[in-house]
Amino acid sequence: MALQDWRLHKRPFAAIAGAPILWLVLFFVVPMGIVWLYSFGQNVGPADIAITGTLDNYKRATEWLYLSIFFKSLAVAALVTLICLVVGFPVAMAITFASEKWRPWLLLGIMLPFWTNLLVRTYALMTVMGGNGYANRGLGALWNGASWLKTLVGLQPLEAWTPVQLLYNNFAVVVGLVYVHLPFMVLPLYSALDRLDRSLIEASLDLGAGHLRTLTRIVMPLAAPGIAAGVMITLIPALGAYLTPDLMGGTDSQMIANVIERQFKRANDWPFGAALSFLLIYAMFILVALQSLRSGRTAKEAR
Amino acid sequence: MALFARRAVAPLEYTRKTWMRLWVLGVMAFLYAPLLVLMAFSFNDSKRNVVWKGFTLKYYVKALANDSLVEALVNSLTIALLATVISVVLGALAGLMLWRFRFPLKGTVEGVMALPIIVPEICMGVAMLIFFAKVQWPTGLPWPLNLSAITIAHITFCFPFVAMVVRSRMASFNREQEEAAKDLGASEWQTFRDILLPHMRPSLVAGALLAFTLSLDDFVITFFTSGPDTVTFPIKVYSMVRFSVTPEVNAASTILIILTVALTAVALKLQGVKAFAEAH
Amino acid sequence: MPEPIIQIRNVTKRFGKVAAVDDVSLDILAGEFFVLLGPSGCGKTTLLRMIAGFELPTTGQILIDGQDMAGIPPNRRPVNMVFQSYAVFPHMSVADNVGYGLKIAGVGRAERDERVREALQLVSLAGFEDRKPDQMSGGQRQRVALARSLVMRPKVLLLDEPLSALDAKLRSQMQLELAELQDEVGITFVTVTHDQDEALSMACRIAVMNKGEVAQLATPSDLYEFPANRFVADFVGSVNIFEGKLTLDEADRAAVDCPGLGKVYLNHGVTGPHGADVWVALRPEKIYLHVPGEGKAIRAAAQDAPEDHNLARGVIKGMSYLGDITLYEIKLESGAMIRVSRPNLSRRDQEDFTWDDKVSMHWRADSPVVLLG
Repeated sequence: MALQDWRLHKRPFAAIAGAPILWLVLFFVVPMGIVWLYSFGQNVGPADIAITGTLDNYKRATEWLYLSIFFKSLAVAALVTLICLVVGFPVAMAITFASEKWRPWLLLGIMLPFWTNLLVRTYALMTVMGGNGYANRGLGALWNGASWLKTLVGLQPLEAWTPVQLLYNNFAVVVGLVYVHLPFMVLPLYSALDRLDRSLIEASLDLGAGHLRTLTRIVMPLAAPGIAAGVMITLIPALGAYLTPDLMGGTDSQMIANVIERQFKRANDWPFGAALSFLLIYAMFILVALQSLRSGRTAKEAR
Repeated sequence: MALFARRAVAPLEYTRKTWMRLWVLGVMAFLYAPLLVLMAFSFNDSKRNVVWKGFTLKYYVKALANDSLVEALVNSLTIALLATVISVVLGALAGLMLWRFRFPLKGTVEGVMALPIIVPEICMGVAMLIFFAKVQWPTGLPWPLNLSAITIAHITFCFPFVAMVVRSRMASFNREQEEAAKDLGASEWQTFRDILLPHMRPSLVAGALLAFTLSLDDFVITFFTSGPDTVTFPIKVYSMVRFSVTPEVNAASTILIILTVALTAVALKLQGVKAFAEAH
Repeated sequence: MPEPIIQIRNVTKRFGKVAAVDDVSLDILAGEFFVLLGPSGCGKTTLLRMIAGFELPTTGQILIDGQDMAGIPPNRRPVNMVFQSYAVFPHMSVADNVGYGLKIAGVGRAERDERVREALQLVSLAGFEDRKPDQMSGGQRQRVALARSLVMRPKVLLLDEPLSALDAKLRSQMQLELAELQDEVGITFVTVTHDQDEALSMACRIAVMNKGEVAQLATPSDLYEFPANRFVADFVGSVNIFEGKLTLDEADRAAVDCPGLGKVYLNHGVTGPHGADVWVALRPEKIYLHVPGEGKAIRAAAQDAPEDHNLARGVIKGMSYLGDITLYEIKLESGAMIRVSRPNLSRRDQEDFTWDDKVSMHWRADSPVVLLG
């Protein structure tokens, strides 16, 4: 389909393009630009910031204290992405191969939590994972069951169950992030698997491969774009997560977003916060660039 | 769905394998159990979410009597509604622009338009905070004008999503339909109204739903743009969770969950389960 | 008589309440080219997929080489399939595609390369080893799929609508090639198709399927010349069918009185009850067409039917010139329509029949087929 050249259709083009471009420039490019400028500034008064072109903020950001938080955020985000992939892949498979009748409902089941308010969901999870919540009680019941089994075979019973601290630690942050991001992973996986020609799977089985080998040699390579999309769509928001570590984490589980927030709301060091923000954005750019490099390579191979 | 297969499972019936079903069931339980527990305890006659002490509606009465909570909910819905309307218009225009025209710096425009989607929320929140401080955006305006800063921020991250949905829908448009309409005497505007717009409609509905949910859902960006007298529902719940967990939060959350489910049901009614699943 | 390599015993496959395959029993012999022919939705593909193991029969039994296939997954069955979409793995080279099954089976590198090379040679794709599937045409991709299955040396090769995605010229060329290939490798081929020409030209035997049941199992010429019922007569080739009553039925002759066509005489018995409602099927090419009045002389030469039998008169209402033959639509005196085809033995003939010509027709006593169902 031939695109229309804007010069030949100036009036419709202006009517269509004017508003969104203006909005984008005014309320996105300009604010981002200001942040970028601020990252080279320094505090000169309680509410005054001079843009001096200093690199001190970036220098400070590479101190070990901040660097370690940054790497920790990356590690947490990567772990969350991996768990989502492992948990989500069979779910995506199940949806893909479900009957016509069930498929939309399973999809809906995955999408509904994604539409439910993030705060409500986080709060709900906290309720369940609390000291006296159901997760703890479930574990307690298992513990008592095991203890009872031991007495049954004549061994000493286990010590009485003491509730474990499930909340306000790194474990809680990972669980919380998985809880929130799982739907993000399942949907792109599903759409990649759904596009897969089923007869390819059948052909592999027909040629003697078992289900596992068909999965690793046929399904996963062909679903790679979907896997990559799912990874990106989970990794990026998980890396910049603020709410989950803030509410569910402990003192040692803050992530980069929490540090940024503190510069603005408490420490009142806007230039430093701006520098950290842009480092996070650059990290995002690198991830996106890696992804497009990968997909560009696959596209070339295909050609 | 019977959990265990009654007849033999054919090779590609992965969904009928028992471990697969247990897996899906487990994931669904993980996703829904906390929400269901939360909803159940909103009716519990006890201060703590632990033991069932009997049915009560008193927390709903309390929540609805809590002026600041109700105000926050009204604020949230107002912002979501405004943001949705403007995002759909801007998003539709942007989608059409990218679908239709060739213009200089198109790649750059496309890239910048994708940025609000991938830039971390915290960074956008920070940018909005600095921007509105820098331009000295008026505060203390009467309702609903006091919500303008938040609404603008929401539109900025919502409309690129709408643009994306609209553009991918338009990719399936057969340009010959447009030529046929013009061949039959329709003007540019009539063609748009009678041919393009009907084709766009599903994406507009999907985009509107997406924008509404994103706006209603947003915490981080709002957190940086809201002031003491412009509290939205997530901000209110956040402070309640942070400082004093009360069963009112259960009740308010339940109301919001039911609202979400109702909205989904409406969307389903409008589009049908199948079309709905295909649109996402 | 060769051994049956596949035995299908009372196989039924239900999807919900619909029986896609309904109590089918048939044997496929070792080394033959067997075709399952039928309209879409007749259950032929389901039957093929049950042999391959992708669908499981609701009831019944499938034996391959004497072994019951119940509970044996497709990856452990001694059959291989060529899929309708070819299912060539897009992320692998041609050589990797063809070698995939051997690699899975643990065949060593050297032997694998050798067998892949042989298989590609067999399907005339030597030298294409390093190509990617998306650099190939549909016909070439199909050859890759064929080589990929043949290299496994299966007992039976299953082909699901192998030629449906090819254009007409390529299709007729591949029909011949497939038949030659089958002859060369000696593997039993089971092909599913909805195209009768394809079936007639390639098959040793054809099972015509309708609504999940086998309507007739026969050689191509038997199927065409001796259809067992109206469905087969109508589905395989073009045919005129007239309803009638059986008035005479002896060992060496029979007669049917058709209100639409007239009196029909046959030089063999049909073993139907006297006075029964039957149908007469008459192929368009088996009807002689001539100018009224000339018929007697020709008929006298045929001398195989009593007076007033196997004769009809009508007016030409439609003509289609198809190059090799011309097809006439003729309105009979009874008002019924009949189709007659005539080979164009010479170039354009001035004396030829044209619209609104009055014509008379006759046919030999061994031409009509009496169908009881």
